Amino acid sequence: MFKIVRKKELNASVTLMEIEAPFVARKAKAGQFIIFRIDEEGERVPLTIAGYDRENGTVSIIFQKVGLSTKMLGELNEGDYIQDFVGPLGRPTETEGVKRVCVVGGGVGCAIALPSAQAFKEAGCEVDVIVGFRNKDIVILEDEFRSCSDHLYLMTDDGSYGEHGFVTVKLQELLEKGNQYDEVLAIGPIPMMKFVCKTTEPFGVKTIVSLNPIMVDGTGMCGGCRVTVGGEVKFACVDGPDFDGHKVDFAELMNRNGVYRDQEAEDEQNHMCRIEKIGKALIQ
Amino acid sequence: MPNMQMTKTPMPEQEPNVRNKNFKEVSLGYTEEMAINEAKRCLNCKKPLCVSGCPVNIRIPEFISKVAEGDFQAAYEIITSTNALPALSGRVCPQESQCECKCVRGVKGEPVAIGRLERFVADWYRENVNQMPEKPASNGIRIAVVGSGPAGLTCASELAKEGYAVSIFEALHTAGGVLVYGIPEFRLPKSIVANEVKKLEAMGVEVMTDMVIGKVLSVDELFEMGYKAIFVGSGAGLPMFMHIEGEALKGVMSANEYLTRINLMKAYTSESDTPVIVSKAVAVVGGGNVAMDAARCAKRLGAEHVYIVYRRGEAEMPARLEELHHAKEEGIELCTLCNPTKILDDGNGRVGAMECVRMELGEPDASGRRRPIAIEGSEFELPVDTVIMALGTSPNPLIRSTTPGLETNKKGCLIVNEENMTTREGVYAGGDAVTGAATVILAMGAGKKAAAAIDASFQKQE
Repeated sequence: MFKIVRKKELNASVTLMEIEAPFVARKAKAGQFIIFRIDEEGERVPLTIAGYDRENGTVSIIFQKVGLSTKMLGELNEGDYIQDFVGPLGRPTETEGVKRVCVVGGGVGCAIALPSAQAFKEAGCEVDVIVGFRNKDIVILEDEFRSCSDHLYLMTDDGSYGEHGFVTVKLQELLEKGNQYDEVLAIGPIPMMKFVCKTTEPFGVKTIVSLNPIMVDGTGMCGGCRVTVGGEVKFACVDGPDFDGHKVDFAELMNRNGVYRDQEAEDEQNHMCRIEKIGKALIQ
Repeated sequence: MPNMQMTKTPMPEQEPNVRNKNFKEVSLGYTEEMAINEAKRCLNCKKPLCVSGCPVNIRIPEFISKVAEGDFQAAYEIITSTNALPALSGRVCPQESQCECKCVRGVKGEPVAIGRLERFVADWYRENVNQMPEKPASNGIRIAVVGSGPAGLTCASELAKEGYAVSIFEALHTAGGVLVYGIPEFRLPKSIVANEVKKLEAMGVEVMTDMVIGKVLSVDELFEMGYKAIFVGSGAGLPMFMHIEGEALKGVMSANEYLTRINLMKAYTSESDTPVIVSKAVAVVGGGNVAMDAARCAKRLGAEHVYIVYRRGEAEMPARLEELHHAKEEGIELCTLCNPTKILDDGNGRVGAMECVRMELGEPDASGRRRPIAIEGSEFELPVDTVIMALGTSPNPLIRSTTPGLETNKKGCLIVNEENMTTREGVYAGGDAVTGAATVILAMGAGKKAAAAIDASFQKQE
């Protein structure tokens, strides 16, 4: 069992939790992920590591309450325990050889972009960060990004905060102005990563994306997370989750990620019952 | 006077049309009377060939003669003196190609049902005695076992008996490896595996789940933590695909994924949060036990048609005879001499059908089996909405890629010597991590051999 030692709501649907997991904390690196399971009936859910504290033996995760398991996790509080927390899985973000980087985060994907931006900064890179949100209300981690970047560009789709426009607008502008990046790292929704790649391609800038396909075990066993990269089949859990974005088949990834969508919608009713049950158990 | 009945005493089973709708165990096991009757068929040969056919050399005629006498406790003790996990091997061993194929009674008629008797004895003990073993006096030497599948459990059990302080590191959330994520409940109830793990814990073995060795700790760190020897039984994890068009469509998955969702995550129960695809018609590609397991699961989940698509003939299928027999009884349709060529989109990114080509058998190939050759122009479409690839697996790279000095062969299998020691001093290995996908009993045999070698190495040091 793994204890939730801290919980903080970052916005209406995004929550940060610190989990006591000393073995994972000792080894965790930016770009890697963990798999959690709420309880004995729970599914295995992969989440990219948002931070770690080696001394205190904790690992942070930031998640959006979108599906059954993340909603249930969101119901839990400091002092509660979850059944499983395994990691660190996948390969860390590579910082070697990169002198100047542009980290692009979209929505809750910023949670994952942050430790990578910090890792680049610690490695001595010059770090530009572009983060995008739908509107002012859901902006997260602004201070954290500010302290690990040389330039922070904060974008909102509706212009209610920061600059008006998508992250790709800013990226295009920076590239056109002649900014030279050794690498662009994009983390966010699949369409956003796809368009970041489209934006950088004409400039020939190496672009890495962090993928989040469906997985079960996270150790290379199930093959559920297979993605096509440069015509080759890769397993995101062991070969990734970071891949060369110009080679990723995004359409395929998008399609595969929807495999249980209809079923989940149908099950929504049952799921809500289970969430209520967990909620009640906590109140009692 | 032995019982000269020519055929095995039948073992009661659930009716095919009942069991193909539930996940309860198919075979119900012998009653005491049936077991005694079957045991009396054994001629108690002076030179028992059956023993030589067993990878862990169970003293077969000895335990069977105790069953014939009705002394099941004694039979259990004889079996467990060489085999730590009889309830498992009695259920999943391919007896027809091991002990039973050497049985003299099999020359004219059917061999003695050694597997069924082994299972009976193990079940009798669990249901009537199930005494937890006592913790042996500790010798204080710490051993790490990586993986809790058949190899790891056996190795841990053998070492614990000798007083070693054993820690098992399991990557998944439940101990048992392929016994829990791969083999379905209807073939091997998970409560039996859990009971074996409980016995190990009673002997003082520490079982740590959620520990992916190679990631959270390296082999070198295990040594630094004070483990004096390490046994790697990490299995053959990575599923193989065919690399044909359409393999990335929704509804195509590896048997590993399908079975893990169903067995480990219990997606067939309403309580489980893990989803599993609900199919009308399923093609399972492959002819081994895993293919049979996946096909039978699909049937139980309500698929109207389940096809086993295999490029060779039925006689060449590597599956255990009993599994093939059970699958056919349950309404699984065999599509032999048939190979998939592409998977077709239904227009919405899901599987619409699978195109296959008919095959014929040519000359024997390197494996000794006749090579399947495609018959040109014989392509046809199999109307399915789900395709499950059960083509085998290759060893997981997580440990070899993080452990300096561990050598592997071309297939990525760890290289070991006759004592199951790897190319790294103090690191032993066994099971599928060494052999590539093989059987539970071979993995158990390897775990046992490695345990003996580890013990001998410390005896020598003293």
